[in-house]
Amino acid sequence: MEQHIGIRNTKSIIFKSVIVFFAFAITLPLMLVLLYIIKQGITQVNWTFLTHVPAPPGEKGGGIANALMGSVIMVAMASIVAVPIGIACGIYLSENPRTKLTYYAGLAVDILQGVPSIVVGIVIYVWIVKPFGGFSAIAGSIALALMMMPIIIRSTEQTLKLLPDSLKEAALSLGVPYHRVILKVIVPCGFAGILSGITLSIARIIGETAPLLFTALGNNYFSLNITGQMESLPHVIFNYATSPYDDWHDLAWGASFILLLFVLTLNIATKLLTRKWKIQL
Amino acid sequence: MENTIVKAENYNAYFGDNHVVKDVNISINKNEVIAVMGPSGCGKTTFLRGINRMHELIPGATAKGKILLDGENVYDMNAIYVRYKIGMVFQRPNPFPNLSIYENVVAGYMLNGLKLSKADKDVIVERSLTSAALWKEVKDSLHKKGTFLSGGQQQRLCIARAIAMQPELILFDEPTSALDPISTSSVENLFHELKANYTLIIVTHNMQQASRVSDKTAFFYMGELVEYDDTKQMFTAPKDERTQNYITGRFS
Repeated sequence: MEQHIGIRNTKSIIFKSVIVFFAFAITLPLMLVLLYIIKQGITQVNWTFLTHVPAPPGEKGGGIANALMGSVIMVAMASIVAVPIGIACGIYLSENPRTKLTYYAGLAVDILQGVPSIVVGIVIYVWIVKPFGGFSAIAGSIALALMMMPIIIRSTEQTLKLLPDSLKEAALSLGVPYHRVILKVIVPCGFAGILSGITLSIARIIGETAPLLFTALGNNYFSLNITGQMESLPHVIFNYATSPYDDWHDLAWGASFILLLFVLTLNIATKLLTRKWKIQL
Repeated sequence: MENTIVKAENYNAYFGDNHVVKDVNISINKNEVIAVMGPSGCGKTTFLRGINRMHELIPGATAKGKILLDGENVYDMNAIYVRYKIGMVFQRPNPFPNLSIYENVVAGYMLNGLKLSKADKDVIVERSLTSAALWKEVKDSLHKKGTFLSGGQQQRLCIARAIAMQPELILFDEPTSALDPISTSSVENLFHELKANYTLIIVTHNMQQASRVSDKTAFFYMGELVEYDDTKQMFTAPKDERTQNYITGRFS
């Protein structure tokens, strides 16, 4: 026993070093991506870049105002649809853990979450774009909403399941009707978790290009018309990066930087807000 | 008879096929403290939760028979109204973690959407917290979250929350089993004061507690109400052998 202590200690040290190494290694790709995009993109960002539409090939300047606005509009519309539906489903799943509907709805959520985004795009193309006669921001928003919902449903469900039953009993014993118990006690107590699910889902879909290719398509001009084509950040990156013009490549880097900034801000804000609003049980 | 507030007539309660409360008949007078004791799994908590119809919230739980509250069968009334009329305090303190101490006290009004003026609320909060012997300790931190209080204080906050609704009857489900001895005695002292205005039914598995706080004691065993009598009588000269055995510690 005693003579092996040294070897055993060495093994432990090696093991610890290995896990530390990989934990550190996992941060490297992120750092590299961040640094590269910031280096390439930050020089492109200025007031003109944010407030102008793209210039025609060959002309200097131009910006991504149309894409920025399009992304904001489509994400907002997708959220308006996905947040209430997602929270409602999440409440049902956490409140009724053992019904048949829970089993099948839960299965549907898992499968929906696994559907490749391009497939979502094609389906919406067939269901909405074709019958209603053209690409539109509405169709894009529906595709995005479909991708947001599973994330919101699961995070709402997980959050609410963690709340103790005693909380619900406290409210019920005061004669509070079920719907008010849920809306005034259960949901507020799980608010931080639900909110982080929502922001997570936004961060997830804001960079989605595939479902928008078949739905909102894109638009070189500034447009607030939700029944028409609309530009989005990921689409502008896709378009410009694959174009033959150097100016447009620069615009793509700038747009990437803005997109990244948006996702990072959203993630950090979520972390801070959930910490602040976290309810001490 | 007009002094009776709760009367159970052939009350039975079930969890699925499991018959947990068997044919209970009991009559409880106003402004008395009733201790309900018995070994674990004897149906005492289920009986208590039957009174304000919390029992049926558990999936598969059903009940038969009558429980009369002021002469009216609670099973003919709207369950929500029954729960509104009867206060309840649980085994573990469960203040609403998203509400302040102040809001917790008036939660019964707030959560039911009843609008009260600020002045009315102030009065209710002070009166309820005073009755729950908590006012002095929290009057300077009314707007802090209720969950910052100690366990005993939280439990008294829950009592204040029940009192605020001005119920005639308050049910206590092992209210001190999660508390330390000092908090327990502060809650027990409270029972004596609350008796003047309310009827209290206290489920406990602690015999000393039953003998200390109650006027009458009901002894449940295997789902049956074995004996119901003045506490002094029951602890000095129980009529039933099973009560005798339980009190003398021959089984628990």
